[in-house]
Amino acid sequence: MKLTLRVWRQKNADADGTMSTYEVDGIAKDMSFLEMLDTLNESLILSGEDPVAFDHDCREGICGACSLVINGEAHGPERTTTCQLHMRAFSDGDTIDIEPWRASAFPVVKDLVVDRGAFDRIIQSGGYITAPTGAAPEAHATAVPKPAADTAFEHAECIGCGACVAACPNGSAMLFTSAKVNHLGVLPQGAPERESRVLDMVERMDAEGFGGCTLTGECATACPKGIPLFSITRMNREFVRAARKRG
Amino acid sequence: MEGCVLTVGLMAALDTRTDRRPSFAGLLWGSTVGKKTAMAVSGIVMLLYLVVHMLGNLKIFFGAGTFDGYAAWLRTIGEPFLHHEWFLWIARVVLVAAVVTHAVAAYQLSRRDIAARPVKYARPSPGRHPRWRRFAPPLSRRRRASYATRTMRWGGIILGLFIVWHILDLTTLTVNPHAAPGHPYANVVATFSTWYGDVIYIVAMLALGLHVRHGFWSAAQTLGAGSAARDRALKTTAHALALLLTAGFISVPVAVMTGLVS
Repeated sequence: MKLTLRVWRQKNADADGTMSTYEVDGIAKDMSFLEMLDTLNESLILSGEDPVAFDHDCREGICGACSLVINGEAHGPERTTTCQLHMRAFSDGDTIDIEPWRASAFPVVKDLVVDRGAFDRIIQSGGYITAPTGAAPEAHATAVPKPAADTAFEHAECIGCGACVAACPNGSAMLFTSAKVNHLGVLPQGAPERESRVLDMVERMDAEGFGGCTLTGECATACPKGIPLFSITRMNREFVRAARKRG
Repeated sequence: MEGCVLTVGLMAALDTRTDRRPSFAGLLWGSTVGKKTAMAVSGIVMLLYLVVHMLGNLKIFFGAGTFDGYAAWLRTIGEPFLHHEWFLWIARVVLVAAVVTHAVAAYQLSRRDIAARPVKYARPSPGRHPRWRRFAPPLSRRRRASYATRTMRWGGIILGLFIVWHILDLTTLTVNPHAAPGHPYANVVATFSTWYGDVIYIVAMLALGLHVRHGFWSAAQTLGAGSAARDRALKTTAHALALLLTAGFISVPVAVMTGLVS
């Protein structure tokens, strides 16, 4: 496959960026999208140019490091992570636009790499449970009802990649925040901080400069892990409940 | 020394105390999530009013006597407990409070939303631009924000302007071509006998339908009433409300235009 790539190049956080055009040839349909970028970078290095910086780690869809907006869609045209997207989703001769996550809370570090530290700070503000350290507790010490376990697991699938923020027209982090609030909130282990968690995490989310939710549904459509839009509904309910009790 | 340690310990304990939060109202108005709650509640207040308003409007099909009589009766609700027109003024105060809350929250949240996403993507996502969608690869995910969702802000502004015109036209009669106090039937017919009166009204009612369609469902999510199991029922209700309100309101200018009401 021969492709034309239009890639966002930005030297550093303060520099102005621009879309640069590159031609890549010899791309196999079975290559992953990141392997295609590796091919581009090899040719850039050989010709003495600066390779394109992009985030990646596990390359098996579980770490949440990869973060590219491909043709205007977070993680590209399939419902998966960029690393699990394969070139067979494209055709020979295609022009592909590759951009970083766009949100003021996710400043560009270089090229396609953005700083997602805001997510870490949201987690720090309440995405934890209080548990004694030491030996692992007896697994059956706390009974977890099956529906609660299912709901918790559904929300625990979030890998914190930030596709929800990238896809949202308001740059909102509601889906990410609600995934963690619900994951821990429905479990008995998370019950002691149930109220303070949602209040603190929403406060942090707002302080980081993320936008509000207008329920466009773009986030849940982009989410590679299928966190449902109703996760946000559930967090809204939790927030009002906690505000009434004042955490 | 021991006292010093104790003081430090106490200070740390105070630092981590979580019972020093703002009031319930403060928590709501101070956060994006809570501000949406205020928008949802004020929106539902206005929506309930609109249903009653639309049903009341339909009295125009029973003739001038019935319609004018209904308008006069509205001023007597609650008598003798309430004085003449008091109920009407209470309703007006509640409605103005709802409109102001809704608009201020929308303005503040919109400014924040726009600031949170300052850079647009070079190629817009296919779902949001139907013209491009036709050329999207077959594997492309679909279902994106609907037209109603994307027009909430402009729709809201149109409705806000319409309310001003509507009050000047049929409440204060400032811009009404007939302007006869106490004769709402004749005033309504006069307004809808002008082409601009019909155009403004019909455009605004179409905007209302779109706004209610996304707004009702959205309010349900904001208030935490939505779920996968209940989604179909909520969406159907939103569609039905939007359709009934728009059709009900538009039936009046259409009836005047066709001569059914004159």
